[in-house]
Amino acid sequence: MTTKTALAFKGPTADSRFARLLLSIIAISFIALFLVLPLIVVFATALKSGFGSALETFKDPDTRSAVRLTFLVAAIAVPSNLLFGLAASWAITKFDFRGKSLLVTLIDLPFSVSPVVSGLVYVLLFGMQGWLGPWLRDHDIRIAFALPGIVLATIFVTFPFVARELIPLMNDQGREEEEAATSLGASGLSTFWRVTLPNIKWGLLYGVLLCNARAMGEFGAVSVISGHIRGLTNTMPLHVEVLYNDYQYVPAFAVAALLALLALVTLVVKTFLEWRYADEIAAQHRH
Amino acid sequence: MTAAAVELPRRVWRARSALPGFGRSLGFTLFYLSAIVLIPLAALVIRPWSLGFAGVVAEIEEPRVLHALELSFGASMIAAFINTIFGLIVAWVLVRYRFPGKRLVDALVDLPFALPTAVAGIALSALYARNGWLGAPLSSLGIAVAYTPLGVLMALIFIGLPFVVRTLEPVLADAGRDAEEAAATLGATRLQAFRRVVLPALAPALLTGAALAFARAVGEYGSVIFIAGNLPMRSEIAPLMIVIKLEQYDYAGAAAIGMVMLAISFVMLLALNGAQAWANSRR
Repeated sequence: MTTKTALAFKGPTADSRFARLLLSIIAISFIALFLVLPLIVVFATALKSGFGSALETFKDPDTRSAVRLTFLVAAIAVPSNLLFGLAASWAITKFDFRGKSLLVTLIDLPFSVSPVVSGLVYVLLFGMQGWLGPWLRDHDIRIAFALPGIVLATIFVTFPFVARELIPLMNDQGREEEEAATSLGASGLSTFWRVTLPNIKWGLLYGVLLCNARAMGEFGAVSVISGHIRGLTNTMPLHVEVLYNDYQYVPAFAVAALLALLALVTLVVKTFLEWRYADEIAAQHRH
Repeated sequence: MTAAAVELPRRVWRARSALPGFGRSLGFTLFYLSAIVLIPLAALVIRPWSLGFAGVVAEIEEPRVLHALELSFGASMIAAFINTIFGLIVAWVLVRYRFPGKRLVDALVDLPFALPTAVAGIALSALYARNGWLGAPLSSLGIAVAYTPLGVLMALIFIGLPFVVRTLEPVLADAGRDAEEAAATLGATRLQAFRRVVLPALAPALLTGAALAFARAVGEYGSVIFIAGNLPMRSEIAPLMIVIKLEQYDYAGAAAIGMVMLAISFVMLLALNGAQAWANSRR
């Protein structure tokens, strides 16, 4: 996100040296104090009694099961939202129909809902006193406080990520290429595979990356619907909470450090994609 | 996120197209949207009324709930205000200045988006605890942060900053400097040019960024509950009250709080949108 308009010479709109120095110091200190320091605390606390004892945490069966569950949930939720994102952006950008802007607004809706509320809505549907609760109990189907509920809540909070990357991108690219392919006799599916997908692949990857980061890190929504059953329905973020509340600080921060590492990898890949494929990522990032 | 608006003739709900897959893709989109988002949210809006109107009001007027709502909305507003000021400085420095490590600083702004909220929560809690790196010097000054409303504020500042910076950056980068140059040639000082020329042009983006940070802060849970300490009538936030109600199997009560939170955020966002339209129309 660099700008080419930065002035190399001192023109009438360049700030004085003093102002530049002062503002830079304020900005960098603010970021260091509020954003970087918490990150350092995570790794410092995790490694307080050495690298070995941090690793020891991951031999605990409950921790292992939390790591597995987190990856499993992401492995279901992310492809679901990927499929949805493709379908939604195809319908929205390749066709004109009434109610399109309402549809776009509704797709963004989950971003403006509190994570706790995102979990709550599924408890209201599937919990013991929820609308479908008694029926599900009679048929011995578990959704709330089990894997399906956790997956549903995760899908809800990560719902817009892929669609909102693809819609501006595919909108910018227009329909001519697909129309040409179809008129030359390509089937719908091969038009999509051979024409559309190569055009949107980096934007798609960008959306999937952000979707996955949120899916693995979600806390509030999952916390409400999971029931916190150790070794069974605890994801990594929930396991961090359990360990922390048990005063097991080193294990808590060790699991947190693993999550923080995932976040850092996400940031690195994201920055790389923005830098290398700026034009092929959604229009909203192009500046 | 905008989609191309095409004027359709009356009584036609969709334009003809040469491309295949309209029915299937739209059908799947609507099915998935309804199943995952719309029907569950309908449950949130319908469920509280099993208590009756008076019952819903009684839930909200419970002093503990009322206090939590006040803290959530009050602290979110203060955090959004602080983030607007510092977010403007950060965006300004990142767009206008060159310095070594700028790309790194820019990437770090997204940290609160990427870092799981529970991780941020325990990190902030350890940082500001009485024996923490920042908590110890602050408490020797007589300032307690952890387990107070101030701790809630710190967490909300952490998660809100990128919304302001990321909204401002493209606007600042696109804004031409012609008007600033004109102001300078007409004898305005740098500060005057900023106040009279730059700031009005940035106002809509500043409002949007503040609104996004505010909306996120009101609903935030994971990064807050650890540092807040969750003392009733002191540092409990509204999303936590939902969790507490659910733990007592008071589904309708939890839904009532959720519905009120949704309604207040919705009204505030509408008001901000209105203010933004007004600011745009004045230009």
